[in-house]
Amino acid sequence: MDLAAVILVEVLYAIASLALISAGLAVVFGMMKVINLAHGEFMVLGGYATITAVGLGVNIFIAMLIVAPLVVGLFGLIVERLIFRHLYGRMIDTMLASWGLSLMMIGAFKMIFGNTTTGVSGPIPGFSIGNYQINGYNFFIIIVSVLLLVAMLAVLRGTRAGLVARGAMQRADMASAMGHSPDRIYMLTFAVGSALSGLAGAVLAPLVGLVPTAGAAFIAKAFITVIAGGPSLVAGLASASGFFGLVNQFFSFLVSPVVGDVALLVAAVILLRLLPRGITSRFFRGKL
Amino acid sequence: MRGDARRDTAFILIAGVVLIFFMPLLIDTHVLTLLIAYGMLALSLGLIWGFGGVLCFGQAAFFGLGAYTFAVAGINLGESTLPVILAVLVPAVFALALGAMMFYGRLGDVYLAVITLVVTLILFRWINSTAGPEYTIGVARLGGFNGIPGFPILNVPGRPELMIWGETLYYVAAVSLLVVFLLVTWLLRSSFGRIAVGIRENEERVSLLGFDIRARKTILFAIGAAIAGLAGALYATWAEVVTPTLFSLQQSAEIIIWCIVGGLGTRFGPILGAAALAYLKFALGQQAIIDNMFVLGLVLVLFVLFLPRGLAPELARGWHWLAGSRRRPARRRRAPRAEVSDG
Repeated sequence: MDLAAVILVEVLYAIASLALISAGLAVVFGMMKVINLAHGEFMVLGGYATITAVGLGVNIFIAMLIVAPLVVGLFGLIVERLIFRHLYGRMIDTMLASWGLSLMMIGAFKMIFGNTTTGVSGPIPGFSIGNYQINGYNFFIIIVSVLLLVAMLAVLRGTRAGLVARGAMQRADMASAMGHSPDRIYMLTFAVGSALSGLAGAVLAPLVGLVPTAGAAFIAKAFITVIAGGPSLVAGLASASGFFGLVNQFFSFLVSPVVGDVALLVAAVILLRLLPRGITSRFFRGKL
Repeated sequence: MRGDARRDTAFILIAGVVLIFFMPLLIDTHVLTLLIAYGMLALSLGLIWGFGGVLCFGQAAFFGLGAYTFAVAGINLGESTLPVILAVLVPAVFALALGAMMFYGRLGDVYLAVITLVVTLILFRWINSTAGPEYTIGVARLGGFNGIPGFPILNVPGRPELMIWGETLYYVAAVSLLVVFLLVTWLLRSSFGRIAVGIRENEERVSLLGFDIRARKTILFAIGAAIAGLAGALYATWAEVVTPTLFSLQQSAEIIIWCIVGGLGTRFGPILGAAALAYLKFALGQQAIIDNMFVLGLVLVLFVLFLPRGLAPELARGWHWLAGSRRRPARRRRAPRAEVSDG
C-alpha cells in the first residue's frame, strides 16, 4: 500500500516534470514553428538566475517564480530581435541558428559560472509514508505544472491576447489586415515561451545540480514530448507527457533509470512512426 | 558531357596529389590525419544533406558506430583488415534499417531530424551505461564512459605485424579520402546522383515521374553512413581509443556546422569547413580565455544569418573573379535547374 502511494507520486512527478520541461518549447515550436534547440540552455539560464538571486538574498520562491521567468523572458526578447526575427518561416535555419546560440550559451556559462556543479537546496522538507521517504518538493513540482497547464489553457482560450496570438500564428497576413502587428505578436510570444522555459529551469534547479551542459538532458525530452503531442498545445502536452512519463517510470522501476530513459526514447520513435503528426492529430482533435 | 567528366576527374586527381604532398609542409601530419578523418565525416553529411536534402542530426551515430565496430572487431580478430570492412558495413546496414523505417513512414524533414537526434542519444546513453564487466562483444569489453583502449590499429592487409601509423597513416588516410571523393563525384554524375538532386529540389515531381523516392533516399542515407563509418575507423586508428563522446550531440552539431560553414551542395565545401573549424578548435584549445564552444556557436549563428551558402561558393566566385572569367559561375547557377528538368 505504502509502496503503491510512493510509486503513484513518482509517476505523477515524472509526468509533471515532462510537462514542465516542454511547456516553453510547446509555445515556441508548437505555435511559432521556431525549432529552438537552445531551449535546454534557456532552462539552465533560469536555473542560474535563481541561484544567483538566492545568493543575493532573495526569497527562493520569489527567485524561482518571478525572477527567473523575467530574466529568461528578457533574454528571449533580445535574441528574438537579434537572431530569430530574421528566420521566421525557415525552419531548418532556426534550428541551426538556435544550435549555435545553444553552444554560445554553454560557452558563456562555462566562462561565467565555471565548469562545476552548482545548486540550491530544496526549500520543502521530505516526509515519510510508512517505511518510505518522499521528497516533499515533488508535490510542489506537480502543483506548479498543473497550474501552468491550466493557466496556458485559460490564456489561450479565454483572453483576447491569446486569441490574437493564435490568429497571428495561423494567418499573419490576416492578423495584419485586422490592424495587429505580427512582428510584435511574434516578439512577445517568443518572450513568453522563453519565460516559461526559464520558469521550468528554475523550478527544477533544486533537484538537478546545474552544470553548463545540463541543457542537453532536457532538450531531447522536450522535443519528443512536443512533437508527439501534436497540433493541440495543452492537450498535446498533457497526453504526451502522460504517456512518456508512464513508460519512463514503468521501466525505471522494472529495470533501472537508464533503461527508463532509453525506453522513453524508443517509445517516442515508435509513436512517431505510427502517428507522425502526433497524438492530438488523432485523439482530442480540435481541442487546445 | 563525358569529356567534361574526364577533365573533372583529372583535375581532382592532380589537385588531390598536390595537396597530399603540400599540406605536411604547413601542418603536422598527426593533426592532418585527424583533419582528414573529420573531412571525410563532413563529406558524408555533405552528400546526403547537400545533395540528397536529408538533414540527419545523427551523423555522429554512424561515425561512432564505425569507430566502435573497428575497435571491437579488431580485438576479436587480432588484425584490422576485416574490421575496416565491417566498420563500413555495420553503419550502412544500421542506416538501411533506420532509413527504411523513416522514409517508408514518409516522415517530414523536422521529424526526421528529431528521430536521428533521438537515435544518437539512445546510442550515447546506452554506450555510456556499459561500464560493467558483463557488457562484452566477443572478448571485447565495451567499457562504458571509459571507452575501449588498446585495440589493434590499422595494419597492412594480411600482415598483422606491419602496423600503419604516424606519417604512413597520413598518406593512407589522405589517399582514402581522395578515393572516397572520386567515388562521390562519380556517384553524383551517375543517374542515381542526378535523381537524388532532383528529389532534393522537388520531391513530388520526381515521384510523379515514376521514381521510387523512398528506396532512393534510403540507399543514399546508407551510403552516407558507410562513408561516416570509414571516417570512424580512420579516427579510431588515429586516436587508438574510442569513447562514447563520438556519439555525443556536440559531435553531431560540429558535423552540421562544418557543412554549413563550408558550403552545402558542394563536394569540397564540407571538407574545407571541417578542416578549417577543427584546426580552429585545436588552436583555440591551446588558450583558456575564450571557451571554444562559444566561438563555434558564434560562427554558426553568423553563418546562418549572413552567409547561409557557406564559404565554398564565395571562394569559387572569388577564384573566377581573379581568373577574370564571368562565364562559368553564371552557368553553374543554372545547372541544378537543368538537371531537374532532364531527370
